[in-house]
Amino acid sequence: MGSPVPGAEGTPLAAASSTSPGLRPPTRRSTELFMLAFAAMLVTGALILVEANQEQELSLRILWLGLAYLGLLTVAHLAVRKWAPYADPVIMPCVALLNGLGLVMIHRIDLAMADVKLPGDRVWSAAAPKQVLWTAIALVLFCTVLKVLSDHRTLARYGYTFGLLGLVALVLPGVLPGFIAPEINGAKIWLSFGAFSIQPGEFAKILLMVFFAAFLVSKRDLFTIAGRRVLGLDLPRARDLGPLIAAWAVGVSIMVLQKDLGSSLLFFGIVLVLLYVATERAVWVVLGVMMFCVGAFVAWKLFTHVQVRVQNWLDPFADPSGAGYQIVQSLFGLGTGSMFGAGLGGGRPDQIPEANTDFITAVIGEELGFVGLAAVLMIYMVFAMRGLRGALAVRDTFGKLLGGGLAFAVAFQIFIVVGGVTKLIPMTGITAPFLSYGGSSLLANYILVALLLRISDAARAPKSTPKPRPQQPAIADQFTVMVERPK
Amino acid sequence: MNTPLRRVGLAMMAMMLLLLGNATYVQVIKADDYRKDPLNRRVILDQYSRERGQIISADSVPLAGVEKTNDRLRYLRTYPNGPAFAPVTGYFSTIYGTGGMERAEDDLLNGSDDRLFARRVSDLITGRDPKGGSLQLTIDAKLQQVAYERLNGVTGTVVAIRPQTGEILAMVSTPSYDPNALASHDVDAQEEAWTSFDADKSKPMLNRSVHESYPPGSTFKLVVTAAALAEGKTKESEVDGRPVITLPGTNTPLPNFNDTTCGNGVTASLEEALSKSCNTAFAVLANELGVEKLRDQAAKFGYGEPDLSIPLSVVPSTLGPIADKPSIYQTGIGQKDVRVTPMVNAMMAATIANGGVRMQPHLIGKVLAPDLQVISETDPDEVDEAMDPDDAIALRDMMIKSENNTGGGGKLSGVTIASKTGTAEHGEDVKSTNPHAWYVAFAPAEKPEIAIAVIVENGGQQGLSATGGRVAAPIGRSVIGAYLGGR
Repeated sequence: MGSPVPGAEGTPLAAASSTSPGLRPPTRRSTELFMLAFAAMLVTGALILVEANQEQELSLRILWLGLAYLGLLTVAHLAVRKWAPYADPVIMPCVALLNGLGLVMIHRIDLAMADVKLPGDRVWSAAAPKQVLWTAIALVLFCTVLKVLSDHRTLARYGYTFGLLGLVALVLPGVLPGFIAPEINGAKIWLSFGAFSIQPGEFAKILLMVFFAAFLVSKRDLFTIAGRRVLGLDLPRARDLGPLIAAWAVGVSIMVLQKDLGSSLLFFGIVLVLLYVATERAVWVVLGVMMFCVGAFVAWKLFTHVQVRVQNWLDPFADPSGAGYQIVQSLFGLGTGSMFGAGLGGGRPDQIPEANTDFITAVIGEELGFVGLAAVLMIYMVFAMRGLRGALAVRDTFGKLLGGGLAFAVAFQIFIVVGGVTKLIPMTGITAPFLSYGGSSLLANYILVALLLRISDAARAPKSTPKPRPQQPAIADQFTVMVERPK
Repeated sequence: MNTPLRRVGLAMMAMMLLLLGNATYVQVIKADDYRKDPLNRRVILDQYSRERGQIISADSVPLAGVEKTNDRLRYLRTYPNGPAFAPVTGYFSTIYGTGGMERAEDDLLNGSDDRLFARRVSDLITGRDPKGGSLQLTIDAKLQQVAYERLNGVTGTVVAIRPQTGEILAMVSTPSYDPNALASHDVDAQEEAWTSFDADKSKPMLNRSVHESYPPGSTFKLVVTAAALAEGKTKESEVDGRPVITLPGTNTPLPNFNDTTCGNGVTASLEEALSKSCNTAFAVLANELGVEKLRDQAAKFGYGEPDLSIPLSVVPSTLGPIADKPSIYQTGIGQKDVRVTPMVNAMMAATIANGGVRMQPHLIGKVLAPDLQVISETDPDEVDEAMDPDDAIALRDMMIKSENNTGGGGKLSGVTIASKTGTAEHGEDVKSTNPHAWYVAFAPAEKPEIAIAVIVENGGQQGLSATGGRVAAPIGRSVIGAYLGGR
């Protein structure tokens, strides 16, 4: 789909000098390389500290981990250089740092868990090598998306297809029998193939976002013009809003029924933000939040597992060794870490359950302290803000909507997971993008990064580059807000 | 569309601020509460994984050390030759806490003691792992080992003190236990060991030297004699010598051992009464002296001291209420309610040996920093002038005579021992309960280097026919011989 961007063939610098060098904005790829090297340095330092503190000699294993990480970084950088030369130079280093730090923490948790007696004489199987493998697969996917998708607007054409695929992906674990879709930790959201298992919901999140963005862009004028006024509120016609509400409702209810509360909250929030950005009307947010409150109250009334979560949130110490165990251990870890942390390798991640997935930020908070946790949050913040900047700068509405949605998705996901482990909001099982151990999360998030890079590339690439314009509804074009960067 | 996107950006920042604010609350404000929560196992795990200081004997034999392990506690506490030294070292268990010196000097050994403060600060700056301080005890490892071997097969104790300084040279209690089993990192092995020690009727974990008190029997006659000498009596003073008397106001006869007569059958010299251990003489003498003087003299030897600490706490020795006349008579021969710890009996011997000056008994010779530099040394501490020096010499001479009159094996040639034996009746039915066998002594009598107290509970293998001379004296003599011969 889509034809390659002419300027992207060959080395971009050569292409730039062949035309008019003065007018071409710098690609900033070298800046990216420099920052990637910095990220690699930080990660290597962290890895050495972990090994030193755990009193293990510097074994070949860490060499292997480190080299794999460096190799993956190089591939990612070269792919961006080749296929998205004008992409934001900060995004990739942020991802590399988070991914690398995640690998170090997962390796560190492996070291801790190797000493722990698991019930039934099971042996802890190291997760770090698997995570490296997943990262490699994710990067292949990342490169494929960058290569194949030379213009993000192509996606808008397949909006409904993606929407349908997303819903199918969501529903699949729920309807398939237990041997292929087992229930893990009370949630039936996994597809398991022998040793590997994936969580289709992670991909559904992106597929549905593409659908919503495409749908909203094509219908946004109808929402504001063709609606009726009810109680001083401009409501769109049912047939305009129908598919959106239907997909949203189906999506959220599937996740709720699968007891995947974190994902449903995430998904709900993303759609609300997309709706708000597309219509520019805050009333949707107000309505949505009211709906959320009603829905949450009903869910609390109906489902005991929701009541348990809320109870644990209000007073985890009421049942510190039972239902509140996870959050209590997480708080102990964070509290013991205090301001500056116990040091890498100096904490007790074996005390925190699900340390390498949902609670990995608690382990970081324990070993690197508040300072380290804040730094990690800041990296996420920079990442999301850079994504948002690409969305602000890109010229087409679909790109704006999708880019804004993707950036928000990362920030909101971090809010849900870190808010959960620090007892700001009730704990819902959800992964921290790039940090947590888990194949599907990593794959989906690398796709997300590819899309964000593609959008920011489109935003920063010189306008003169001729690009094939995909057919878009004329009415949508009229409402496109054209923003030119001053440079 | 850019305005709502910017607002989304603001919302993302607000979420991050919320997370940071909450993380500050958890990791800075509430940190101490969480860290110190008893449910938080980190603090204790930390303590157990820190390199604990050593305990070494006066002759630098390691009594408790650490061995590096690969599990998460990192250091295994080891007790080379554990059972012989267990009453001194105590144990160090991850489940059951600590005992003995491990408990008394826990702060020093785990490194949190104020005496190590400066070193802790420098550790913090230089990034060294904090280590605990070490202890050099006053225990003579060879002597302790000999005493432990001599007590093999019986229930009892040996306490040896250097009279001039109060240094405790040996403190043995049998049967003993292996503290290595309690220090095991295998939780199940620890539990099994603890349960078996706890269920054992012979109470292997009881340190009988300081935590158990016994009727002193005839060894109490030293207290009565000391009180009499202080009242102006001499070796030649005439005391009651009848073979049997009747306790005043009752029909209960109080006979001498084996119904022997003392002196001419009516009176005897104090020296003869003590050396032959005449019951009648001391019963009447005690009555003559009165309760006050008895208590006074006993207190000077260390009876009734409520918080005697070496630094293991020593249970107080007591004379009991002495409510009536017959009680005084019985108290005079160390029966009725008189209870003494082997430690206090050894202190009494040491005090007589030291010319009547009582020195504070102590186990700690030197406190050492982690790098084995001496932090502090225990100076000999004079507690009391228990006897006039001349009286002490008179009493010593009487004890030399007593030693000569005492049977039992293991007499030493070439060295003069001053001693007193005791055969203490106890239990509901005294005639059918095996008596405890006592031996308190010091040597060489002219220039004492060691004072000891030996008790063999229930007469050991000798049963009803046990006497202090037959059962305890050979053990005591061989311990003295080993000490004096070893130099």
